[in-house]
Amino acid sequence: MIESSLPLRIVIVGHVDHGKSTLVGRFLHDTGALPEGKFESIQASCRRRGVPFEWAFLMDALQAERDQNITIDVSQIAFKTAAGRPGVLIDAPGHKEFLKNMITGAARADAALLLIAANEGVREQSRRHGYLLSLLGLKQVAVVVNKMDLVDYNEQVFRDIEKEYREFLAGFGVEPQAFIPISAREGENVATGATKTMPWFRGPAVLEVLDHFQPPQPPADGPLRLPIQDVYRFDRRRILAGRIESGTLRVGDELVFSPFNKTAVVASIERWPEIPDAPPTQSASAGESVGITLAEQIFVERGHVASHRADAPMESNRVKANLFWLGQRDLAVGGRYRLKLATQALDCQIASIERVLDASQATVRAGAESVAKNDVAEVTFELRAPLVFDNHDRIPELGRFVLVDLDEAHAVSGGGILFGGTYTDRAFVKSQNITWSEGEISAADRARRNGHRGAVIWLTGLSGAGKSTLAQALERELFSQNMQAYVLDGDNVRHGLNSNLGFSPEDRVENIRRVAEVARLMADAGIVVITAFISPYRQDRRRAREIALEGGCEFIEVFVHAPLEVCEQRDPKQLYKKARAGQIKQFTGIDAPYEAPEAPEIVIRTNEQPVAESVRLALVNLLPRLR
Amino acid sequence: MTTPASASALYPHLEALESESIYILRETFRHFKKSAMLWSIGKDSCVMLWLARKAFLGHVPFPCVHVDTSYKIPEMIAFRDQVAREWKLDLVVGQNREALAAGRTFPNGQLDRVACCTALKRDPLAAVIAEKNYEAVLVGIRRDEEGTRAKERYFSPRNKNFEWDFRDQPPEFWGQFQTDFAPGTHLRVHPLLHWTELNVWEYIHRENIPLVSLYFAKEGRRYRSLGCAPCTGTVASNAASVPEIIEELRTTKIAERSTRAQDQESEDAFERLRASGYM
Repeated sequence: MIESSLPLRIVIVGHVDHGKSTLVGRFLHDTGALPEGKFESIQASCRRRGVPFEWAFLMDALQAERDQNITIDVSQIAFKTAAGRPGVLIDAPGHKEFLKNMITGAARADAALLLIAANEGVREQSRRHGYLLSLLGLKQVAVVVNKMDLVDYNEQVFRDIEKEYREFLAGFGVEPQAFIPISAREGENVATGATKTMPWFRGPAVLEVLDHFQPPQPPADGPLRLPIQDVYRFDRRRILAGRIESGTLRVGDELVFSPFNKTAVVASIERWPEIPDAPPTQSASAGESVGITLAEQIFVERGHVASHRADAPMESNRVKANLFWLGQRDLAVGGRYRLKLATQALDCQIASIERVLDASQATVRAGAESVAKNDVAEVTFELRAPLVFDNHDRIPELGRFVLVDLDEAHAVSGGGILFGGTYTDRAFVKSQNITWSEGEISAADRARRNGHRGAVIWLTGLSGAGKSTLAQALERELFSQNMQAYVLDGDNVRHGLNSNLGFSPEDRVENIRRVAEVARLMADAGIVVITAFISPYRQDRRRAREIALEGGCEFIEVFVHAPLEVCEQRDPKQLYKKARAGQIKQFTGIDAPYEAPEAPEIVIRTNEQPVAESVRLALVNLLPRLR
Repeated sequence: MTTPASASALYPHLEALESESIYILRETFRHFKKSAMLWSIGKDSCVMLWLARKAFLGHVPFPCVHVDTSYKIPEMIAFRDQVAREWKLDLVVGQNREALAAGRTFPNGQLDRVACCTALKRDPLAAVIAEKNYEAVLVGIRRDEEGTRAKERYFSPRNKNFEWDFRDQPPEFWGQFQTDFAPGTHLRVHPLLHWTELNVWEYIHRENIPLVSLYFAKEGRRYRSLGCAPCTGTVASNAASVPEIIEELRTTKIAERSTRAQDQESEDAFERLRASGYM
């Protein structure tokens, strides 16, 4: 029978030079997990360097690591536990400089072995790593006191370390399953017991204790959480893609999408390859990456979280967190950060720092204004838009986040867990107060009266491509054919409705969103709305399309195309000139990208014919879609 | 993703591996408009290709880049062209024609093995990436293959000169990946990083993924790892089917890449190759 369970992932952490890599090497050798010739190649490598046999070379594969005899980055390797279960050992660096690598390793572990050298006792990283394990949500921990051979296998040394460290861990609720005295170099209490050298110890050897740990179980019974990762339209299907982080989803379930509380029923769970004659997939559970379709077309995008109505996540602009900071610059009140949780990414600020824990001194400071690299703190975030989340102790996958420092090259600079949020029945409250009012006059009634349907005609293209010219001409033509047409002008919208928006990337997105919403209302009123915005990003145009579709309106994307050189030559508002001179920053086509439509309904190449001909071409394509 | 074959019951642990890989493929597609998949024709990149079709429900929204050294075993090229046709792949082939024309290769005796890998694999890959402006390249390497690969990230940056700074890698945890980098950086994305060689074969069995015939034993020998003909050897084996290979791997103590001569040139041969931009 082939191994059939998930491997148990165990991280080995602790202070630098307390013997983590040596333990791993010895462990793999004693459990027969080494490939043929590996032992001999390490022997040879040690001889070349003129050093005694070094187990650590097994994991420390990099030259720099072997030369300095320290672990720089995480390694991992497979083995079998005493009971024959598959396991993976993750060796994390103990050097303070490489804390981010230690976290990278520990965050994917199910259990931890915390190593302390008997001759040195509890040190700075012993404390820091212990505290981080609790933040990383690792509850299965065993403490290994190594290098017992250097203290003559003295029981009292072991007991003193056990007492000190047990008290320290208890301070933040971590209770180790075992304390084990070992000598990794000599193989005492690693794979087998040490009756000769440490007869006073009756507990398990390291290998045995691993069988007390449990491999992970994806929370299939928990409340449903499906963070949307992307929306695909490769073919006729509109597929919402994402990984179920908690709970179970079934075809026919009504889903609520936070934060906008739109609801829709699951129509199908898609799969590939399609199996002839197989019944359709009816359900999927935590841990599965799925693609689903909905019975109704509602606006959903990356970052939205699907749940059942009865047990929805929280949403708030203010959240409390415990975090660790890895950034080069201090984390500070007022700094600009981006918080990433599941598939959400929201800009935020630190509203306040409640307290900072200095792991090296094991002290707590209140009233700090900043958090230094490698420190741990309790803070409050203020977000630009509502964050959808759960408390970490309820649903870890929706309660943990990483922080990106926007002023430090967008580097991932920290992470943490959320707590203290209060669940409210907001889904119910909102949906009662705001429903889409259908009205008594239907779209069909209006179309009959007007002789055409309402629609959104979305012109996109570079500045100077001819959008405004085409929009005005189209409006004139439709008007003269007794049709209800209206150009939604960018400047006019910015005068009133969008007067509070600037030209930052976030504001541009919001500008387009509001335009799309207004266009959809006007189209619902039966009007052919023509918009003329550069709208350079596919994402934004897709969003506009979804908004229109959700309102049951036709959306026609028209790519008004002319080569950049042509647009720059035309330069009706002298904007290219200013952009080239550096007077305008982030100008589309010059120093900001334009993402051409992948599948526009209509393409008009304005440099290939006179304006009148462009208008005629557009009309030929448009009119059939409006009848 | 739910799977068909009755073999799926044998390998429940593959669900989690598959789901993680699909998540990474989808993140790559979402964050990088210009991405490509490196397809070596070997078992790992064939599995990666299969996973892409799962992730995108039958579509492969990336071009597939094959770096053709001209020394590949002929069956590999025949298999490549057949699969590319049947699966309607957007195949991009890179080759260092200058070095080949000038005979600057190991088989011609002008370079050692490692320098030849650099000239015929690393350099043409760099050229394709530069020419096509790829921001992210998906590569089917695994942690269990080799010591330096074990230290890799899922999203691993390479600088302008193609170099891997293994001393200062971004932290990566909780399924959140660093996706913003300085201009000129390109990313290697490794969706199979957490798989083992055995997992790969179990998955090939479960999904019935087509493979080049070189992996299956003929007259007592088979290829365990595929590369260029002059530098890739076979292992003694009677495993002529996927289940037989799985059985063999469960007991073998021979390292997967032991038949790849360039790895054995010196202790740090592979590290130097990788730091300079090799896969």
